[in-house]
Amino acid sequence: MAKQPQSKMSRALQRRENVAGYLFMLPSLIFFLGFVVIPMFICIGYSMTDATMHQKTATNFIFFENFITLFQDEVFLKGLWNTFIIVIVSVPAVCAFSLWVSSAIYKLNGPLLSAFRCIFYLPVVTGSVAVTVVWKWMYDNYTGILNSALTNMGILEKGINWLGDPKTALWCIILILFTTSVGQPIVLYVSALGNVDQTLVEAAQVDGATDLQVFWKVKWAQMMPTTLYILVITTINSFQCFALIQLLTQGGPNHATDTVMYYIYYTAFKLTEQAGHFGYANAMGVVLAIFIGLLSALQFKLAKEK
Amino acid sequence: MKIQNPRSRAYKIFSIIVLVVLAILFLFPLYWIITGAFKPAVDIYNSKPVWWPTEWVTTNFQNLFKKRTAPLFSFFGLEGPVAPGAFRWLINSVFMAVMAMILTCITAAMAGYALAKKRFMGRALLFSLIVCAMALPKQVILIPLLKEMSALKLYDTLWAVIFPTVGWPFGVFLMKQFSEGIPGEILEATRIDGASEAKTFVTVVLPMVKPGIGALAIFTFINSWNDYFMQLVMLASGENYTISLGIATLQAETTIDKGLLMAGAALASIPIITVFLIFQKYFTQGITMGAVKG
Repeated sequence: MAKQPQSKMSRALQRRENVAGYLFMLPSLIFFLGFVVIPMFICIGYSMTDATMHQKTATNFIFFENFITLFQDEVFLKGLWNTFIIVIVSVPAVCAFSLWVSSAIYKLNGPLLSAFRCIFYLPVVTGSVAVTVVWKWMYDNYTGILNSALTNMGILEKGINWLGDPKTALWCIILILFTTSVGQPIVLYVSALGNVDQTLVEAAQVDGATDLQVFWKVKWAQMMPTTLYILVITTINSFQCFALIQLLTQGGPNHATDTVMYYIYYTAFKLTEQAGHFGYANAMGVVLAIFIGLLSALQFKLAKEK
Repeated sequence: MKIQNPRSRAYKIFSIIVLVVLAILFLFPLYWIITGAFKPAVDIYNSKPVWWPTEWVTTNFQNLFKKRTAPLFSFFGLEGPVAPGAFRWLINSVFMAVMAMILTCITAAMAGYALAKKRFMGRALLFSLIVCAMALPKQVILIPLLKEMSALKLYDTLWAVIFPTVGWPFGVFLMKQFSEGIPGEILEATRIDGASEAKTFVTVVLPMVKPGIGALAIFTFINSWNDYFMQLVMLASGENYTISLGIATLQAETTIDKGLLMAGAALASIPIITVFLIFQKYFTQGITMGAVKG
């Protein structure tokens, strides 16, 4: 698109653009600065204090003490570990699954394609609360459909206490997270596959490439930006996994499903000892944000190198 | 036309079978919610799963509606007739999602247009700030937000959930993507014709970004409806609960009465699924446009 170079603009015109630009930005900026940017800075500030929910004592500035305590806090470290497992398992699984599903459905005819796309998107739309409520029943030790179906089929001898066993609880959460995460990547991959340059595909076929080769060498390469975007959003989503844990296990059994996100909430609102360590919880938030930032940057870098 | 070899045909049949199985698995929770909501107690408590209700009953819904009562709405001291609490929760959810939707669409359409088409100073900086903020988990700023809301006397009102949703920069990003497509010549022509900035925006820009606004509207509505975390933190009294929050509280109270919970889950999810199915075309478009373009 041809645009007037900046230097050609007269000063009056530039001023006009400035005024108009900021006037159009104003309503959005009020909300963005007020409820996102300013809280972000307050969060960093708070993370260096010993603020609590009930301000009985004065708030003191304690520099990095929260961060030092944090990395000696076993529950936090366990939460960090669990968060990593969730991310490391669910991100590749979501990516691979949605890539396969999309490549299987993108050539189907219109109504069938949108039907499949809808079905895989449905768990997202249903909402985390409704999804969790029904999964909790399905996982139930006594009346759950999972146990009775598996015992009937002879896979299990007797029912498993899915959410009550530290060995299985985290995997149960990951499974639900998975079903609520694939919807968006599928939509994205379907549209990316549709946009792949057909001339390149045909050229490769003329050169005698197999379907599989065409897929990896031509299509996959062209979908890299989409994959990158999917990696980033899935990572962020997995880090934020909260509702599932709060509603299903509350971090239990024995911290087996504690995540950083849940521990932040727990520390800020549930910790009974001194009720609501806001400063400490904020320090965790800062650490989480740094981790997400680093991981996103790393993914960008890796994708660029390829 | 390429002739298909038998192996690729076998793969095709295999993949269709797998897809159908997967689709059934993905639909199953919803099926279980809906049938569960209408099952009589004998089916619910049966240790062998009952695949189809032996009898369709509305007892679960009656129990749900009996559980709590609240005025249907309260608006500047004006209170509605007393009704089942679940209805109030639904009304709250609708109010919250609609307000978030309207405010987001207006502010994001204006800001997206400015970012795409106005060469004002600080534009690049502002845009990178917006992109960075999108990667930030919303929950990180939760505590400062909470403090802010109590200072503004908005804590425990639906506005405390609505405002941060509107501030979330995804909408601005999406509308910028859509506004990039407006041809500069048209804007130039309207300017030469002497139209004011406001008039240009309303008569030229808005009609051209309409699909974007549609996508953003449905996207915001669904996200705001399902944003359980924000609702959990910002809303304290039962009267201000949204339907998601209400059902979550019910679950904490009764873990045994699954029928009641399924009725609640159905009530929370059916409206939003209906909205999604009606507008899903816009929705798909929005998701795709929001992704990195170039």
